[in-house]
Amino acid sequence: MLKIKNLKADIDSKSILNNFNLEIKSGEVHAIMGPNGSGKSTLSNILSGKKGYDVSGEILFENKNLFELETEERAHKGIFLAFQYPLEIPGVNTNIFLKTSLNAIRKARGEKELDAIEFLKLVKIKAKELKFDEEKLNRQLNVGFSGGEKKKNEILQMSILNPKLSILDETDSGLDIDALKIVADGVNSLRKKDNSFLIITHYQRLLDYIKPDYVHVLMNGKIIKSGGPELALELEKKGYENFN
Amino acid sequence: MREKQIDKLKDYKYGFTTDIENIRAPKGLNKEVIEFISKAKKEPKWMLDWRMKAFERLKNLKEPNWQKPKYPKIDYQDIYYYSAPKSASEKPKNIDELDPKLLETYKKLGIPLQEQQRLNGIAVDAVFDSVSVATTFKDKLNEVGVIFCSISEAIQKHPELVKKYLGSVIPLTDHYFATLNSAVFTDGSFVYIPPGVKCPMELSTYFRINASQTGQFERTLIIADKGSYVSYLEGCTAPMRDENQLHAANVELVALDNAEIKYSTVQNWYPGDENGKGGIYNFVTKRGLCKGTNSKISWTQVETGSAITWKYPSCVLQGDNSIGEFYSIAITNNYQKADTGTKMIHLGKNTKSKIISKGISAGFSDMTYRGLVDISSKAKHSTNYTQCDSLLMGNKCGAHTVPYIKNKNPESNIAHEATTSKISEEQLHYCQQRGLNPEEAVGLIVNGFCKEVLQQLPMEFAVEAQKLVGISLEGSVG
Repeated sequence: MLKIKNLKADIDSKSILNNFNLEIKSGEVHAIMGPNGSGKSTLSNILSGKKGYDVSGEILFENKNLFELETEERAHKGIFLAFQYPLEIPGVNTNIFLKTSLNAIRKARGEKELDAIEFLKLVKIKAKELKFDEEKLNRQLNVGFSGGEKKKNEILQMSILNPKLSILDETDSGLDIDALKIVADGVNSLRKKDNSFLIITHYQRLLDYIKPDYVHVLMNGKIIKSGGPELALELEKKGYENFN
Repeated sequence: MREKQIDKLKDYKYGFTTDIENIRAPKGLNKEVIEFISKAKKEPKWMLDWRMKAFERLKNLKEPNWQKPKYPKIDYQDIYYYSAPKSASEKPKNIDELDPKLLETYKKLGIPLQEQQRLNGIAVDAVFDSVSVATTFKDKLNEVGVIFCSISEAIQKHPELVKKYLGSVIPLTDHYFATLNSAVFTDGSFVYIPPGVKCPMELSTYFRINASQTGQFERTLIIADKGSYVSYLEGCTAPMRDENQLHAANVELVALDNAEIKYSTVQNWYPGDENGKGGIYNFVTKRGLCKGTNSKISWTQVETGSAITWKYPSCVLQGDNSIGEFYSIAITNNYQKADTGTKMIHLGKNTKSKIISKGISAGFSDMTYRGLVDISSKAKHSTNYTQCDSLLMGNKCGAHTVPYIKNKNPESNIAHEATTSKISEEQLHYCQQRGLNPEEAVGLIVNGFCKEVLQQLPMEFAVEAQKLVGISLEGSVG
């Protein structure tokens, strides 16, 4: 599904990612763990299409060159990023944002757009599954939401858009245990043979709830070790500094 | 990464011209031209005398020059002051007898005039250059005593009302453009709502400038008698031309005891091209008088067009307990300029005013909010709340807020809030990651920013205005 070959990324002539390689197949869950400044967020930014980086190498998503696609075109193809810091958009009702987003993607795929009633029906089911307070969906997008509510809102959007590849950028940071479980349940319910996940995190904690197929350790812009879920436990025990 | 080519040329879909034979007054501003206009409109002598008085006064007035957007000197002798389709010289009694070219024009503008196609629940007065060519639903309105016709018709048929109220809010001597308008005004709408009547439908005037080198001098007068209510909306468009054309309107509103007037504007005059060539100079005087106790006047404006917009729809709160409101969205893109805001003059006791202004500037444009809140010594226990928000797109545009506050009354209260923000790259990226293209993203964010004002528009127009807000900013991201 996703093949990253020899990715190099600089920002303002400073090297962030170098010789980065990763392959994710359909249905797999990969976790990337790394200390602050190792390049984790840069990776999610580049996959989502954020501007401002000098990049070289190759990223193929379902055999299509990602560098040729605009951010929204990547979203249409099924790439979703749960943001580390979800943005506030004052004056825009959360439900309307969600509906606009879903219909933009459906339209790009040549699918029928949902009308208000169909959409509300869908959102009601999903919100209930994720124990997301429906009343909040009538508020301005992320305005006045707590950190945990913002993250849950990202997962709600993910579950409504049903992407092929979901990238979770430190979604666990700032969540209490209950919220963490809800987020993990959301991810697990979307785990199907066609859907893949890339989970970016500092801590092993989230991986207690979402069992990854692979764990990669990212340091100084490249993956220094890959393994199974046991790698995360080893990392947690040793700490990043002694790991290398 | 591949940069998508965004078409920088914005599509102004109202930019077409109607090829129609006109009757014009000779070019220039002089007594003969004013006599020509008055004669063409079959006006009584008192009206001509009034115009002449304004013309005399004009000779002693100078164009104001304190506004932020400067413009090349206007040659007032090089403008046609009257231009009307030949076929409309005798206004047809029946709309179906109207020149097919005019019918087609309004249909293209989305304002069908013929009975079978009319907009539901909205009566329309259609003003084409210097004349009103049609007014719909007149009979239905007559049944409840509402008078809705062109000002020219009102001067002939309802002289007592016109004499009493014309110039009562904007005096003939007010300032250069208001006085110029008083001398040469051509057409506009007249509304009278009798006591206790709630006008059963939205009233609307659609202004269209068509002829080249022609100024449009609109005059509108709305009177809401005791205990009545009316909601009125005006729309404006013009063809794309390289020249600058002047639209200098005077709009007067009078609300008597317990009456309410809601006046909405969707202004989409041709803004000029992406290099700032051409476009309308929209220099307008709009003022409402809350004459009676408990009266209310509410202005809502969506200003997206014109090369230069220069206007301050104002409220004079004379009656005790009267209320004035001003809700504004002003958008400038490319090289457009706007200097707009409001004046709230508190004279009566317990008067209240509220100002919500949303300014959005993009491209190389420049936007100024200018507002006056003036609470007189007699306006005890009055309050004003002002909120001015500016949104900048890119770093080549400007936004300025110039509030003037005069409070001569210690028992009154004024609150002012202002913010300036930018659409952040992060917000755009977030929306794009959710599948919206940059233009859809900007449209969504800007509509959110303007929400409080859009909510004030009559429902039939809110959707149109929302779309217009998006279209006006096309080409501003990329």
